[in-house]
Amino acid sequence: MSLQVDGAARGGADVPSGGGGGGDGARRRPRSRVRGRPQLYTSYAADQAIWNTPAKRAWTLALVAAVLVLPFLLSRDLTSLLTTVFIFAIGGIGLNLITGYAGQVSLGHAFFMGLGAYTAAVFGGESTDRVVGLGLDMAIWLPLAGIVPAVVGLVVAPLAARVRGLYLAILTLGLVFIGEHVFKEARSITGGAGVGRAPAEPVLFGVDLSGRYHLFGYILSREDVFYFVCFAIFLVMAIAARNLTRSKLGRAFAAVRDRDVAAAVMGVSLRRTKTLAFTISSFYAGIAGALLVLVIGRVTPTSWNLFLSIDFLAVILIGGIATISGSILGAMFVVLMPRLVSELADVVPFISTSPGTGVFSVFQLQTMLFGALIVLFLVLEPRGLYGLWVRARNYWKAWPFSH
Amino acid sequence: MTELISSGLIRGLGIGSTYALLAVGFVIIYRATGVINFAQPALMILGAYFTSVFATSVGVPFPLAVLAAMAVLAVIGLATERVALRPMVGKQPFAAAMVTVGVFIVLFVVAHRLIGAQVRTVGDPWGLERASLFGVSVAQVDLAKIVISLFAIAIVGLFLTRSRLGLAMRATSMDQEVALAQGVNVGRIFGLAWAISAALAALAGMLIGTAAGGFEAVVALVALKALPVIIVGGLDSIKGAVYAGLFIGVAEALTRTYQPQYAAWLGANFDVVVPYVIMIIVLVFRPYGLFGTREVERV
Repeated sequence: MSLQVDGAARGGADVPSGGGGGGDGARRRPRSRVRGRPQLYTSYAADQAIWNTPAKRAWTLALVAAVLVLPFLLSRDLTSLLTTVFIFAIGGIGLNLITGYAGQVSLGHAFFMGLGAYTAAVFGGESTDRVVGLGLDMAIWLPLAGIVPAVVGLVVAPLAARVRGLYLAILTLGLVFIGEHVFKEARSITGGAGVGRAPAEPVLFGVDLSGRYHLFGYILSREDVFYFVCFAIFLVMAIAARNLTRSKLGRAFAAVRDRDVAAAVMGVSLRRTKTLAFTISSFYAGIAGALLVLVIGRVTPTSWNLFLSIDFLAVILIGGIATISGSILGAMFVVLMPRLVSELADVVPFISTSPGTGVFSVFQLQTMLFGALIVLFLVLEPRGLYGLWVRARNYWKAWPFSH
Repeated sequence: MTELISSGLIRGLGIGSTYALLAVGFVIIYRATGVINFAQPALMILGAYFTSVFATSVGVPFPLAVLAAMAVLAVIGLATERVALRPMVGKQPFAAAMVTVGVFIVLFVVAHRLIGAQVRTVGDPWGLERASLFGVSVAQVDLAKIVISLFAIAIVGLFLTRSRLGLAMRATSMDQEVALAQGVNVGRIFGLAWAISAALAALAGMLIGTAAGGFEAVVALVALKALPVIIVGGLDSIKGAVYAGLFIGVAEALTRTYQPQYAAWLGANFDVVVPYVIMIIVLVFRPYGLFGTREVERV
């Protein structure tokens, strides 16, 4: 899907970039990239590169720089909110791998997130008289928070690989409800319903991440430290996912999504592909869940419910199906939009800050906007925010010629 | 023995027939449009709300209030189909199903706002009254659930098999293009499917709302249990929906009665997840449910 989009973008972009000098450069020094003609690829590797145009490279660098500077400019709660964006992006990428790329609709994301969170809490949390905890280092519990859900995903996958389409959606829905019940009952692990437990201790390689640190005369608060850690994890996982989608496995995912019978005829093992998609997606979900509780703090077992799964569906449906950058845009949207609505509540009269008065309360309006936007995007722009971005980019590339 | 019949079987058949009613609503939409309507829970709770408004606030006789609520919901269903689902015709079923998730969220919030924090009652005539059935005292409301649900499903079944419009609906579910070529207005059939389904959801909402102590907005999530029902029965089988609904209802009621006694280690309120457990077990052996049509794959 993304390949076609890029192809269309490239086709429309030849108009303004007619640099004459590029041809000479190609004759003198045969390289994989020709200066002045960014759309001309002379090798497959260059065409498939993540940063296949100079503009993309420059903008990515600028974005990373901006992200690194932001916490020094923003207040602490906004920094925390941006950290949540990274975590939602990790979870969204995980869901996009299975639902967007491999085409297997999963409503069970919340279950795997909960599994990751509790794995982290057991291995990294403190032991009390009510709950067990081993108090290990983050370097151990964070990978485990991904691996345990991945293994559970591996166990569930053979069943999931047997059923197709909407049957799978309902099967994973059942997983959420059964998971919620198990979480409620496993009191020594989760703290039980209505009580919950404290998350894992964020101590990475012996460094306590919840402390304050001095860096070049600037005080890094707990939120700032955590922001950078989450950004680093997010960056690694996003690039890994992007690379995965360019690999043989990624193409197998797309083949299974587009037509599973055709994929099987071509020699793609359906069971193996679906199982891997499930496992990898669960790994991402687990990591996201473990990090999310660190930001939120204490959560009860009922937080890992259907509505969390729907939030992540909103991330990929609003952001853009089967794009990694779309997942990131979607995560930004889903996390930041509620904040925007509550800021607006002071200005717009019909939004009230307490439930029961006014037309809708802030929370109700936020939830409703999610629903309405899912419908609107699916009906009007199925490629989501990413699709809007591609449209805008193509428009400006070809400007002032509209076609 | 008395416990087995009154709180096990009869209660179970009561819940089960409500599930069957909801499941038939799912199946009708699935057969007509190939979409699973995740908005059904919200439609159901709105149905309970409107019944409650007509019966207790407006003061209409109860049967009329139920019919009025069903009519209101049919209109809502029709409007939803026209606004949100019609543009998705021809797109992937997954995308259309996700549209219904969006619709669910919107309608669910509306229901929350309308119902508010307090608990409402539907104003049903049965209350906690009990009747005697072959010498066993059973709750009247359970009997009412069984009779009303099965009656409604029978009417829908008769409509589908005996009327011209029902024939058109069945033709559409077999092949949309051929139905179109035979002069069936397929768009109108889609709307009709949504209207019938929403009206059935309203009826089910009323039956669920008769629970002692009334209902609140979160009760909507009960309707999600009709999803395991349609999976067990097979997505496209009305017969399967009825059998599976009754079976799952009884299984749930029996678990509720006996599990705390005999299998306490499964935890409190295990009966809530029983439908999902049954669904997973059935899917292991039959990926298309008990009565579902196996998809034929052609290369």
